Amino acid sequence: MFNLELVFPEIFLSLSIMFLLILGVFKNNSSKLVFNITIIVLIITAVITFNETLGIEKNLLFNNSIIIDYLSSFMKIITLLAAFLVLIISSSYLKTFKIFKIEYPILILSSVLGMMIMISSNDLIVFYVGLELQSLALYVLATFNRDQLKSSEAGLKYFVLSALSSGLLLYGCSLIYGFTGSTNFEIISYQLGANEYALTFGIVFILVGLAFKISAVPFHMWAPDVYEGSPTTVTLFFAIVPKIAALTVFIRFLYVPFLNLIDQWQMIIIFLSIASMLFGAIAAIGQTNLKRLIAYSSIGHVGYALAGVATGSNDGIQSSIIYITIYIVMNLGFFSCLLMLKRNKEYYEDIDDLSGLSKNHPLLSLSLLVILFSLAGIPPLAGFFAKFYIFKSVLEQSMYFLAIVGLLSTVVAAFYYLRIIKIIYFDKEKEKYDTDHSLWLKFSLCFSTFLIAIYFIFPSELIELISKINLI
Amino acid sequence: MNFPILSSLILLPTIGAFFLLFTRSKKEENITIKYVALFTSLVNFFLSVYLWILFDSSTSEFQFVENRTWIKGLINYKVGVDGISILFIILTTFITPLCIISVNSSIKKRLSEFLIAVLIMESFMIGVFCSLDLVVFYLFFEAGLIPMFLIIGIWGGSRRVYSAFKFFLYTLLGSVLMLVAIISIYWISGTTDVTQLYEIGIDKKYQNLLWLAFFSSFAVKTPMWPVHTWLPDAHVEAPTAGSVLLAAILLKMAGYGFIRFSLGLFPIASESFTPLIYTLSVIAIIFTSLIALMQEDMKKLIAYSSVAHMGFVTLGVFTIQQQGIEGSIIQMISHGLVSAALFLSVGVLYDRMHSRLITTYGGIVTIVPKYSVLLMVFVLASLGLPGTSGFVGEFLILMGVFKDNFLVAVIASIGVILGAAYILWMYKRVVFGKLVNSDLKELIDLNKSEIFILSSLAVPILFFGFYPEPLINTIEVSISDLIEMYNLNLLYK
Repeated sequence: MFNLELVFPEIFLSLSIMFLLILGVFKNNSSKLVFNITIIVLIITAVITFNETLGIEKNLLFNNSIIIDYLSSFMKIITLLAAFLVLIISSSYLKTFKIFKIEYPILILSSVLGMMIMISSNDLIVFYVGLELQSLALYVLATFNRDQLKSSEAGLKYFVLSALSSGLLLYGCSLIYGFTGSTNFEIISYQLGANEYALTFGIVFILVGLAFKISAVPFHMWAPDVYEGSPTTVTLFFAIVPKIAALTVFIRFLYVPFLNLIDQWQMIIIFLSIASMLFGAIAAIGQTNLKRLIAYSSIGHVGYALAGVATGSNDGIQSSIIYITIYIVMNLGFFSCLLMLKRNKEYYEDIDDLSGLSKNHPLLSLSLLVILFSLAGIPPLAGFFAKFYIFKSVLEQSMYFLAIVGLLSTVVAAFYYLRIIKIIYFDKEKEKYDTDHSLWLKFSLCFSTFLIAIYFIFPSELIELISKINLI
Repeated sequence: MNFPILSSLILLPTIGAFFLLFTRSKKEENITIKYVALFTSLVNFFLSVYLWILFDSSTSEFQFVENRTWIKGLINYKVGVDGISILFIILTTFITPLCIISVNSSIKKRLSEFLIAVLIMESFMIGVFCSLDLVVFYLFFEAGLIPMFLIIGIWGGSRRVYSAFKFFLYTLLGSVLMLVAIISIYWISGTTDVTQLYEIGIDKKYQNLLWLAFFSSFAVKTPMWPVHTWLPDAHVEAPTAGSVLLAAILLKMAGYGFIRFSLGLFPIASESFTPLIYTLSVIAIIFTSLIALMQEDMKKLIAYSSVAHMGFVTLGVFTIQQQGIEGSIIQMISHGLVSAALFLSVGVLYDRMHSRLITTYGGIVTIVPKYSVLLMVFVLASLGLPGTSGFVGEFLILMGVFKDNFLVAVIASIGVILGAAYILWMYKRVVFGKLVNSDLKELIDLNKSEIFILSSLAVPILFFGFYPEPLINTIEVSISDLIEMYNLNLLYK
């Protein structure tokens, strides 16, 4: 029995990519058309995923190498929606830099396809194929503004380092295959037995590869440069979408085949988590470029999400997913603000460019204020609840050290968020920025700010959605 | 009683602030904005007075309780008042309209944003005093940082950025440990509902650590020596209305927290940490009084005197005597009124002369007689002269301490003398003496709105000084039941 309808979203997406590619090649000046179709395709795929797969029980396909369950469906929908939101706010930016080409939406679609395969993978090889598909698309996206030196540098840097990490990851896969005789997650979990220590080597290599993808310390070196060099809309894509897929794989990889080896990997994740939280908080203090700063801040946020993964409990997984969901909304809002800092066809991305923003643009500043306090984790905004769930699940396992380090690093991190707020509200004003933003950009800013601000009124809804995720 | 009166108290200022956000008045004509804000806060004040009238002071049960599911299976939104918290709510709603009236002269720019911040602040502070769930409490407790940070940072003096950061990071650092403790309590006892926790109690082997975590937060907020250093900075740089909010209400959140949570939840730990509190309080009283003696800046002097007065409060709370705790609460209310009045008085001078230095002034008694008289009342209330509310609080606290520990009481009494010394000396140097600075001749006496603000603070100060019965009646039963519960818990350890 094939149950092809369960992979219908992926099939639909691949067919659309091919169709769009052909359309783009044979029709002149079709970039706007392709762009719009892509947006529709993303929405349709999300709807299909929602209809076909969200409600169903766990299903294994293609010789057990693809898994469809609530976790995968939920994360796919989040990925598709995030990609949709990234795409709708990118057009004016791309037009300004004259890189509004058909390749941009198609590359985004292919990387989303790669992520969907990653999210559904139940087999090391499928997982690797998905990972490479999304990475290859991301390399090109990073260099998309190829006339700019920094963009090319970012792409090249990302390519070289990412290739290295993929190599390590493959090496880990081969070790695991060598000791268990299979690449399938389910079979691996039966074969753990005697090979505990040997398998740990394999796990470590794969974790290195995955940590690279979500830019956890000490494998974060690429993030600030790539974030700074890439076009801002691509940076937004980098900051939110691949993290969803990588976190899902992180969770599935650790909790399905290797749950019984928790003693071996728990310390590693705790280390990654603590190092990311502390480093993200401290290194961001000295930054002057907003995109670099958000790179360090995302390193810190990944640390918190990993703290949930480190607990080894269902609560922990759920809190990580809640964290990453709220993180996406906050970053979306932040980047929408960043894309509004435009004056005479030029985008501004230094912290000092925000100086005195509140006098000329009170509503934009108010949104930034809400988003930044939420990123810092101050109640009653959504960011606080994200951290609250994480620490709740961490403390359930009596991991006091992790919780205290995490909370202390929020205090350090609060400093640099406060610094931005200080510059916006306390400093002297500069020239006005343009106010003729696209409707979509305004929409996404209002949407994210609103969600962040009123989350505390309906905190149960998100939890209820996520509480169906059950891996243990 | 189905009308959710407490939630309305919390929500009303926020709704008012929301209106302000969309009220666009013409340039330089900020009358509408001010009236909207004033109206909101006055309605809130009358609502809280109505609450006090309905309040039944013969029981220590929580009243007007609202309990709603908030995060399913985890946290309930639960609010309610008892004798301990109701006075703080009234203090908050009383001080806020006065702050709003006072902005006339001191806030020159971005008035509507300032009023929004003040109103949202009011919401959060009322929320702190009536929340009956630890997580809800934490939420309001921390959320107050945001508006206060902005008030200090945007409308403050020259070193405002430094002070705003110091205020924010100090208090945040103190509070995060409390969050760890709150979540731990959830896992230890299975609930964060305060009333349930009172019944269940918390396992004694965890109490010491949890107490310390709460203490780290409250000590910074109180503020106790040696973590008081943010307070003088924040006070000096904040605009007058900000200082008033900070001194009158924000500092009371910690004193309230000590009574409600430290004593109520961790009686065994409180008993064993009492010497620590005594030591720190006594040091705070003596040390900061001495520092206050040497201050050149009037606002700084009042800020240090706040630290000393809050030292008395913590001292009184941890006597675990009826008089001691009653005294602490009355002292907090009285300090709320007196320090607000003193900051407003300094603000009056600052608006006219743009200097807070004591040396600028001297001999103004003949030029501004009304001002001098009102300031005299507040100065005397601050040093605790009989007949003012300051006396009632300090007297009851010292009575409680004498019962408990003679030595501490003697040292604390020296603090009373020092308190009289620095505040009277300041008054003497500002108001009496020779008129040296010729600019002072231009000084204008209080205008109508200033007289209104200051006298509406002077009236309760004198009234409760002569007749503290209404206050004591309200809190008496709640406190005696709290002490009874505390002693029962100690017996069963």
